[in-house]
Amino acid sequence: MSTPEDEITTVETLEVRAAEAGVRLPVTRFAHGSRVPGWDRAADLEKDPADIPGVGGSPSLEVPADLRAEIEAHMAKYPDRHSAALPALAAAQRVHGWCSPQALEQVACVMRVTPAYLDSVATFYDMLDTTPVGRHSVYVCTNISCSLCGADELYEAVRAAAGDDAEFNVRAFECLGACDIAPMASVDGVYVGPLSVQDVPQLLDDIRAGRPVLPEKQLARRLVADPHANSQEWTGENRSPAEGGE
Amino acid sequence: MAAAAPPILLFTDIDEPGLNTLEVYERRGGYRSLRKALKMTPEEVLEQLKASGIRGRGGAGFAMGTKVSFLPKGTMDKYLVCNADESEPGTFKDRELMQKTPHTLIEGIIIAAYAAGTNRSFIYIRGEYVLQADMLDAALHEAREAGYIGENILDSGLSLSLVVHRGAGAYICGEETGLLDSLEGKRGNPRLKPPFPAVRGLYQGPTLINNVETLSTVPAIIGMGGEEYAKLGVETSTGTKLVSVSGHVQRPGNYEIELGIPSREIIYGLAGGPQEGRKVKCWFPGGSSSPVLKDEDLDIPYDFNSLAGAGSMLGSGAIIVVDDATPILDVAMKVAKFYRHESCGKCTPCREGTNWTVKMLERIELGEATPMDLEIMASVQEHIIGNCLCVLGDAMAMPIGSMIAKFKDEFEEHIEAARMRNGLGIAAGEVA
Repeated sequence: MSTPEDEITTVETLEVRAAEAGVRLPVTRFAHGSRVPGWDRAADLEKDPADIPGVGGSPSLEVPADLRAEIEAHMAKYPDRHSAALPALAAAQRVHGWCSPQALEQVACVMRVTPAYLDSVATFYDMLDTTPVGRHSVYVCTNISCSLCGADELYEAVRAAAGDDAEFNVRAFECLGACDIAPMASVDGVYVGPLSVQDVPQLLDDIRAGRPVLPEKQLARRLVADPHANSQEWTGENRSPAEGGE
Repeated sequence: MAAAAPPILLFTDIDEPGLNTLEVYERRGGYRSLRKALKMTPEEVLEQLKASGIRGRGGAGFAMGTKVSFLPKGTMDKYLVCNADESEPGTFKDRELMQKTPHTLIEGIIIAAYAAGTNRSFIYIRGEYVLQADMLDAALHEAREAGYIGENILDSGLSLSLVVHRGAGAYICGEETGLLDSLEGKRGNPRLKPPFPAVRGLYQGPTLINNVETLSTVPAIIGMGGEEYAKLGVETSTGTKLVSVSGHVQRPGNYEIELGIPSREIIYGLAGGPQEGRKVKCWFPGGSSSPVLKDEDLDIPYDFNSLAGAGSMLGSGAIIVVDDATPILDVAMKVAKFYRHESCGKCTPCREGTNWTVKMLERIELGEATPMDLEIMASVQEHIIGNCLCVLGDAMAMPIGSMIAKFKDEFEEHIEAARMRNGLGIAAGEVA
C-alpha cells in the first residue's frame, strides 16, 4: 500500500525525470506534488484523540473572567449550548485579536467542546480570522454594485495607503448590504460611503487618531431615499444621537 | 393614478427622530396591532395573513400564510426564525428597517409567533450589520421591559422568547437550512430537503422562517385587515414592496412601491436612471442571483408573476442597473467570483461549477478562449441548475446563463479582441 509520502516521492521523481529529459510537465504542481492546493495541514493519524480543555484529566486553562462570563451568558440564551459558538468565537476574537489556537482552547474550555469543532466553525466564516490580522478592520465592498461605482480602484487605494502598517486589516469584502452608498467600506463595523479615492488619507488618519471615521459619510446619518416616505423633513440636527452616530 | 401618492406602509415617517425607541414607536401607534391580534384567536390571525396574500419578501416569494399553516399543531417547542442575513448582493432594505424601526420587526415577530404557535424566536442577523444588531438589541431590551416579550404577553397566555443572533459573514447563511445549521453553531451548510424546516428545522423542531420585511409587514396587515391589504398591488402580488435600487442610477436607495408598477417607473422615475448620456444595458430585477433583463424589458410590471413570465424573478427586490459603458464580461466575472467565494463546497455541481465558470471567464479575459468555450460555459450553467441541495449554484448559473444568451455577440467580440490583443489571433473557425 502506498502512503502519501510515497506518492509525493513518485511525483517528484516524475518531475526530476521530466526535467532531465528537458520536458516541461503540462500542469504546474504544488510543493506536495499535487495539482490542487490541497489541505494546508496534514492529518496525523498517530495523534491521540482531541481533549476538551479543562474537562476530566486534561489540564485546566486560564480563561479571562470577562470572556468566560460573556460566553456563559451566550450559552444560557439557547436551548443547545452549541448555538453559542459564533458569538463566543467573536468574543474571543475581540479579546485575542484573532481566533488563535489559544483563543479556540479557551472557548472550547468554557463551551465544553473540542477545539477542532471550533476550528471547523471559525474557518467557515469570513469575519472570524484564523490568522493574525491588524487591529482595525477595513472591509472594502467590491461586489457588483460597488464595483460598478469604482470600488476596485478604492480598494487598491486603501491598500496602497495602508501599506504594510500592521495596524490595519484591509480586505476586499463581499456585498456588505449598503449599495446605496457605493462604493463603501466597513471600518471596524462602521459603514461609510460613498467614498472616493480622495477620502482615503482622511479615512486612515481618522482610524489612527481614534476619531469617528468620516462622520459626514457614515451610513447612520443617511435618510431614506424614497421621497414619499417622510411626511416632513427630518434634518440631521433633530435626529437622536443613537441614530446620528457618535 | 400617477399623480396620487403611492401607499406607504413600512416607510411611514421612517426618519422621524427616535422611532427606534419604544416611546416614539408607541406614540405613533406601535404595538396596537399586537393588542388587536391578541384579542383574536391564532386561527383568525392566520386567516388574516392568508387573506392578505402576502408573499415572502426574502427571495422565494412563497405565500406567508400558507407557510405558517404548515407548522404542526401540538405542545412541542416550536421556533420562529427571522432571516435577517440579507446578503444577496444589491439588497439593503432590511438594513433600513432594522436600523430605523426595529420595534416593527419585533411586533411582527410576536404576531407571527402567535399565529404559528411558536414559543421561541430568533433573529439571525448578518455579523456585518453591527449598528442594526445594536439597535435590535436595544429595542428588544425595551420590549422585554414593557412586557411584550416574555411570559404571558399582555395577559394573553402567549409566551415568547427572542434572541438576536449575530452571524459572522457567510452568504450561504441566508439560505434557510444553512441559516439553521449556523444558528445551531455549526458551519452553515444547507440541509437536504425534505424534511422542510416547518416539519424539522431548528434543533429538529418545527420552524417557521421569514424574512425581515415579511415579518415587518405583519403589523400593517393586522392593523388594516388582510383583505384591505390584498387590494394593494396586483392579484398575484399583493401589497407594497421595498425595492433597493443600486448600480448606475443617479439616486440609489430604498423605495417603497406598490407591486405591479412598471419597472421603468422605479429605475427612471424614482432612482433617476443612469447618468446623462448613458443608457441601461441590463438590469438585475431581484439581486445578483436573478437572470438579467435588457432595456427593452423596462416596461414589465414589477411583480412576482410578470418578472417570472419574462424569464427572471423578483427575488429580494434588489434592482442593480448596469449602464452601456460597462463590458458584460466584467459583470459576469464579478457575479461568478462572488458565488465561487461563497459556495460552501458541499455539493459538487456548485463547488466545481462556480470555480470552472470563473476560470473560463478568465480564459476569455486572457485571450485563451474560443467561441466554443461559450457553449461549454453555458452547458456548465445548465448542469448546475437543480442539481444541488440549495440554490446557491443556481444563483450563479441563472444570471450567467442569461448573460451568455442575451449578450452572446458581445462575448464573442470580447473573445476575438482578447485573442488579437494577446497575439493569439487565429481565426475562430480553425480552432473550433
